[in-house]
Order: sequence, then C-alpha cells, then structure tokens
Amino acid sequence: MSQSQALIPLFPPGLARVLRVIPLAPLSLSLTAYSQKIAKSHPSLFRRLGEFDHVKFVLDPVDLPFVICLAPSGGVPRVTVTRGKGDGVARISGPLAALIGLVHGAYDGDALFFSRDLVVEGDTGAALALRNAIDDAELDLAQEIAAISGPFSGPLLHLTAFIQRHTQVYLTRPEEAEAW
Amino acid sequence: MVMEIVCPAGTPAALRAAVKAGAHTVYCGFNDETNARNFPGLNFDRQEMREGIAFAHAHGSKVLIAINTFPRAGNEAIWHRAVADAESCHVDAVILADLGLLDYAARNHPGLRRHLSVQAAAANADVINFYAQTFDVKRVVLPRVLSVQEIAAINAETEVETEVFVFGGLCVMAEGRCSLSSYATGLSPNMNGVCSPANHVEYREDKGVLDARLGGYTIHRVGQNEPAPYPTLCKGCFGASNKSGHLFEDPVSLNAEQLIPQLQKAGVTALKIEGRQRSRSYVAQVVRNFRGAVDALEAGRPMPEGMLTRLSEGQAMTTGAYKKTWR
Repeated sequence: MSQSQALIPLFPPGLARVLRVIPLAPLSLSLTAYSQKIAKSHPSLFRRLGEFDHVKFVLDPVDLPFVICLAPSGGVPRVTVTRGKGDGVARISGPLAALIGLVHGAYDGDALFFSRDLVVEGDTGAALALRNAIDDAELDLAQEIAAISGPFSGPLLHLTAFIQRHTQVYLTRPEEAEAW
Repeated sequence: MVMEIVCPAGTPAALRAAVKAGAHTVYCGFNDETNARNFPGLNFDRQEMREGIAFAHAHGSKVLIAINTFPRAGNEAIWHRAVADAESCHVDAVILADLGLLDYAARNHPGLRRHLSVQAAAANADVINFYAQTFDVKRVVLPRVLSVQEIAAINAETEVETEVFVFGGLCVMAEGRCSLSSYATGLSPNMNGVCSPANHVEYREDKGVLDARLGGYTIHRVGQNEPAPYPTLCKGCFGASNKSGHLFEDPVSLNAEQLIPQLQKAGVTALKIEGRQRSRSYVAQVVRNFRGAVDALEAGRPMPEGMLTRLSEGQAMTTGAYKKTWR
C-alpha cells in the first residue's frame, strides 16, 4: 500500500494529443474483452454492485481526450470509449493515474475526494457501490493483461514495472508489506 | 499491557489489509440496516463474515460485529437474526446500542461477549455500570464528547473496559441521538444505518466550484482549490445574519495520536479508528501508523510523527473534545 497520497501524476500532454486521432472502436473492443476476462475471474465484484450492476458508469480521465463508458451488464461488461461526454448514471472524473491507483488500492477514494483530485457527479450511490466493489476485488490490471499475453507476459510485466518506476503511476497492485 | 488497536473494515479485502497491517481487532458489519454504515457496495454477507473471521483468527486478530442501529418496531427479527448469525460465525464480540437488543442478546446468547456501541452515548460511570450489571456488557465505546480527564474519572469508577476513538470522522452530536440527516432525507444513522445516504447526495462542479446537495438542499460550496468535506448537514456551510460559516462544526478529522500516552494513563483499554466506509488503502495506512504508535509507547520510545493529514476530511485534524481548549 502507498504510504501517503502524494501529488497525482498527469498523463503527458504530448501523448494525449496523439490519442486525439487514434480510432476508438478497436480500443472499445479490446477493453470490453479485457473487462469480460476480469469479470470471469472476479465474480464477487458484480455481486457487490448489487442494484447497480445494470447501470452505466462514465469514467472520465481528465488528462485524456476521451471518456470510458462502463456497463457492468450483470457480469458481462461492455466498455465504450468515446470523445463525447458519455452516457451514464454516474460520472467519476480524475487524472488517469488517480483512477488506476484507485483500482489498485494505492489511493483512498475519500482522500482523493477531499483533495479534489476526484469528482463524482450523478448517482452518488452508484459511484460508491462501484468504488467499494473495485476496492474489494483487489485487482491487478497488469497481471490480468499478462495472464492473457502468453509468451509476452514476462516482458510485459517488466515493461510495466519500468514505466511505473519512472512515472510513479500505480500500474500494478502495490506490494503489501509483510504481515505485522 | 499494549493498548488494543480496533480497526474498521467495510469489505473482506479491507479486513485482510487491517490484519496484515497489525490490527489487534477488526470491526465490521453485515450488509444490511443492522449496522451504522449501511452504504452501497459495503459490508459482509454471512459467508464473507465467516471467512473473514477465520482469516483474522488464523493471524491472531479478533473480530467484532457492529449491530448498532436501533431495531424498528415489527422488524426486530432482522436484528435478532444478526446477533444469532454473529455468534454462529464465531465472532469475538458484538457491538450493540439498543436496550432491547442488549436484553435479547443477554438472554438468548449469554456466551456471546457484548460491547456497548458509541451509539448508546454512555458518558458517565453510572450508566456504564448499569449496562454492565444488567446486560453483562464487558466494554463500552465512549462517545466523542469527553475530555481525557472525564475518561479517567469514568475508568476510576467502573470495571468495564473503555474504548475511545483516536482517528477519523467526527460527529458533533452525542452519538445515537443525531437525526439531522433525516430532516433532509428521511433517513438517519440510528434507524437506517446511513448518515447522508448516497442516493440523496448530488455533487455538481462548475468552473472548479463544487456544490454538494443533500436531499435537494445545497449544504456547502467549495472553491477551486479548497478541500471538500463529507456531504453531512453537521459539516454544512450556512448563512445567517449576513454571515456564512460552519454552523455546527468545521470539516476536520479527529487525530488523538499524540494523546495516546495520556489515554493509557486514563485507563483506556482500546483505541478505535473510524472509517468502515474507507478503502483498504486507508485502513492499511492508518492501522500501521497507530500500531507503530502503541508499540513505541510500550517500548518507551517517543511517539512517532504521523503522516495522515491527506487522509483526513478537510485535510485538517483536531484532538476534538479530548482537549477542551475552549473551556
């Protein structure tokens, strides 16, 4: 776990400009397949969403030129990346590094809210359910990608660790300290 | 004897994080209205509770289950079932507030250790001794309205163990007696387990200014670089007589870390951390901090400087009523 919540790094503006022109349909398809793989290995995540497992969420990385619309669809999630505002009952906005850090349990959601690094709009109950469900799932996005990358998994994890070291973005779940 | 760190867990992952971070004891609740943190996506179903308790016991930690809301007339069975299920999950104690539920637990589950919740607002030795004699309550969680001297006075007159809050959100009202939330939403922590229920909360940010609305009422507005508080009426910013300000209390968190030696001298048994609604990241950081503090005290080392400001509401901290400097 992180020792304290330092300044949240922002996505490099130059790279963000490149993302303005990339086609989004393949990204949507890839993220949908990826999220369905995660859904299979973490079914409790959707149980914890309760009444909100069929609503749509908008995840808005404020330093990227698009938003991510997530429809949990009762355990068969669909992801749509769009350059518009997106459509959902709740919108969670913050730097990409904050959103990824939340998924990995590196940051505390309330603390990011207090510091205004994270903004929640729309149905606060839905946003809270998603936050709590993801926090409990103890996800590691890099490990999930590596698991479907066959012979590339090793180099991929090394690359992830390299980027994490140089950007201070929590691309993997922080190692837990030894038990007390 | 080392003071006991009692740590919150809103999810099984948070419970594991608390245990690994050094919590002597973890408290949690079932995923229904029987506990005072009945929030979406939070808490434990019966199977998760059973597994969580087994995990904690295997690592030498205890688990307490908070069943600390007040049963509604005609629906007492929900609370009775929670007490029975807590016992069958092999919990170390239940935390109760309601007199009727305490009586029910004492009669029907005499082997189940009972703690008195902060929701009961037991703030003097007479009432604490009454709970001990009548319902065999072994520990009381003291309300956050007492000074260290008052806590010492209570401990001098009772054999009941005392547990005090040392970190986390503050309530301005005597716990168990606040209905502010229900005036705006119809729901209160005492009856429904929710203060400012999430489905009544709405945030709007426009040009960096963040508005928080509760039940349709704007309760505070913060500027671009100001820290945001929780959307509770007690932390609301209101206008009256051409002035605006925090009518009830400022948005700050309790941090009594530096008072731990005094609390030990006052006879306190256990130190409680608030925040079952918080993440496993919060749990791990706060528990490590406080476990380090009590171990330092035990070893005769100076109290370490904490690093918890960013985790605090309003990014500000207070020692609350423990030091009543306004007196």
